[in-house]
Amino acid sequence: MPTTKLPKLPKLLIAAALLYTVIELLNTFGVINGYILHIINQSLIYVILASSLNLINGITGQFSLGHMGFAAVGAYMSGSLTTLIFKLAPHAAGGMPLFVLSVLAGGVAAACIGFLIGFPSLRLKGDYLAIVTLGFGEIIRTVFNNIDAVGGPRGLLGIPKYSNFTVIFIAAFLTIVVIRNLLESSHGRAMLSIRENELAAELVGIDTTHYKVLAFSIGAFFAGIAGALFAHLLQLAHPTQFGFVKSVEVLIMIYAGGVGSLTGSIIAAFGLTFLSEGLRLGIGTLADVTGWPIGGEWRMVIYSLLLIFVMLFRTEGLMGTKESKLVTIGEAD
Amino acid sequence: MPAQLSIQGMTHYFGGLRAVSNFSFEVPQGTIYGLIGPNGSGKTTTFNLITGIYKPTEGKILFEGKDITGEKPFRIVRGGIARTFQNLRIFSNLTAIDNIRIARHYTTKSGLASSILRLPSFKAEERAVKAESRELLELMHLGPRANELAKNLPYGELRRLEIARALATKPKLILLDEPAAGMNPKEVEELMSLISRIRDDFHVTIFLIEHHMQVVMGICERIKVIDFGETIAEGLPEAVAKDPKVLEAYLGKRGA
Repeated sequence: MPTTKLPKLPKLLIAAALLYTVIELLNTFGVINGYILHIINQSLIYVILASSLNLINGITGQFSLGHMGFAAVGAYMSGSLTTLIFKLAPHAAGGMPLFVLSVLAGGVAAACIGFLIGFPSLRLKGDYLAIVTLGFGEIIRTVFNNIDAVGGPRGLLGIPKYSNFTVIFIAAFLTIVVIRNLLESSHGRAMLSIRENELAAELVGIDTTHYKVLAFSIGAFFAGIAGALFAHLLQLAHPTQFGFVKSVEVLIMIYAGGVGSLTGSIIAAFGLTFLSEGLRLGIGTLADVTGWPIGGEWRMVIYSLLLIFVMLFRTEGLMGTKESKLVTIGEAD
Repeated sequence: MPAQLSIQGMTHYFGGLRAVSNFSFEVPQGTIYGLIGPNGSGKTTTFNLITGIYKPTEGKILFEGKDITGEKPFRIVRGGIARTFQNLRIFSNLTAIDNIRIARHYTTKSGLASSILRLPSFKAEERAVKAESRELLELMHLGPRANELAKNLPYGELRRLEIARALATKPKLILLDEPAAGMNPKEVEELMSLISRIRDDFHVTIFLIEHHMQVVMGICERIKVIDFGETIAEGLPEAVAKDPKVLEAYLGKRGA
């Protein structure tokens, strides 16, 4: 029987639209304040960072420790464009398209650096690659620390605040869709095969060189986008924001969420960002109520202990390599 | 029959150790060719040289008349030489069908953009690859295992999966590195008929390394015996089996 078939809306789009609407409504009616919304924005940026790092580390099986270096490139590139070149004022007419353009330019610049950093990965594996990417990340940071045109050690200040919940949410959503679609394609399976067994991949005709460099480039592109959004959220780009410790934070997210699982990266990005902030409030309250002499320094102790427990009891991370049905497409039909 | 694979004066050193010494031989199109020899005699090294994992110190490798010496492994595979491994190299955390689909990747045409946008052409290609991969699995009696993670399959099935994966690259020549290793007598029987069937159905030449004499004598049409990187005999199975040098290499010197 011929029936008019409505185009099926992807479930991820529906879920994202619902989530967006709920958060917008809560915000409009004042249920969540600016502080919570700021943490949500941060979490979403971490979703971009974690899922793009997952493409390099979890899916392609390379070990990158310099992810924040790519974010720095994105932040400084876009920040320089909006602040120094376009001289955008906040809420300037026609500002948004220029801002989007700058963010994309940040992503492209980071991708170019990622392309370059992808090359050592052709010769190095595991710990050795980790050290090289760590070095690259630090070099990038040090370079920005020494360029006076972008503020040197003071950082690039006065970046107009263009990142808002809507922009960040759309960016995070698109990142997940792109990486998910890539993963569920022949190209994605080629990347997975490198993680699984590089020699076998090469010997079933996969150009492993190409896919390793590609993973680094795409991963770096999204890290650059994340960095650009950060800069336009915090209204500054500062070398210390992109240090090694920050790269490790993102790394922790993908391990806690499950290496190779996008769902895990999303959950861990939200979970750990909220946990970190929640502990700040929680410890303060606990100290006030009980009068115990505990202060902010305990925050990282508890945070680390919780992480140790997650890894002890779920060695593969929260999700392992599994994905939520919401995130996967299933087979092309 | 014309030689499909021709090895000319191939020598390979690992540091000071000569692993393969002046090998010259030809694998005729459509045969089942066996390479045998005691442990450490250079068999797997020969495969690694043919598939481009190592570059020979000296000598040439010609495949269908084309010099492939020192080519990148993935290019050699695309040229029509596939292989399996002595110690399985399966993509363990992926499903059986994905193991096969990855081997089909190089034949796909969808670019990054059309894959990410999931254009109709991409979907059609994915469907075609999936159907072909499923067919290949069925042929290797692995149909019901299609969506299982490879790491959960038993050893014998993994061996078949690896052969299926090698076939998925559409080879003209397939190198099998000890396909019968770790198999029980019944599995060995099945393997032998499988190898013959693959040769006939897929029109491929089969070049295998094997310790298992029953397999070697049973299906190989031509055999080369090597020891310490040197050729000690080559020819028809019956002749090779009686060669005194071969008996010595395998059983030791008489009266020693």
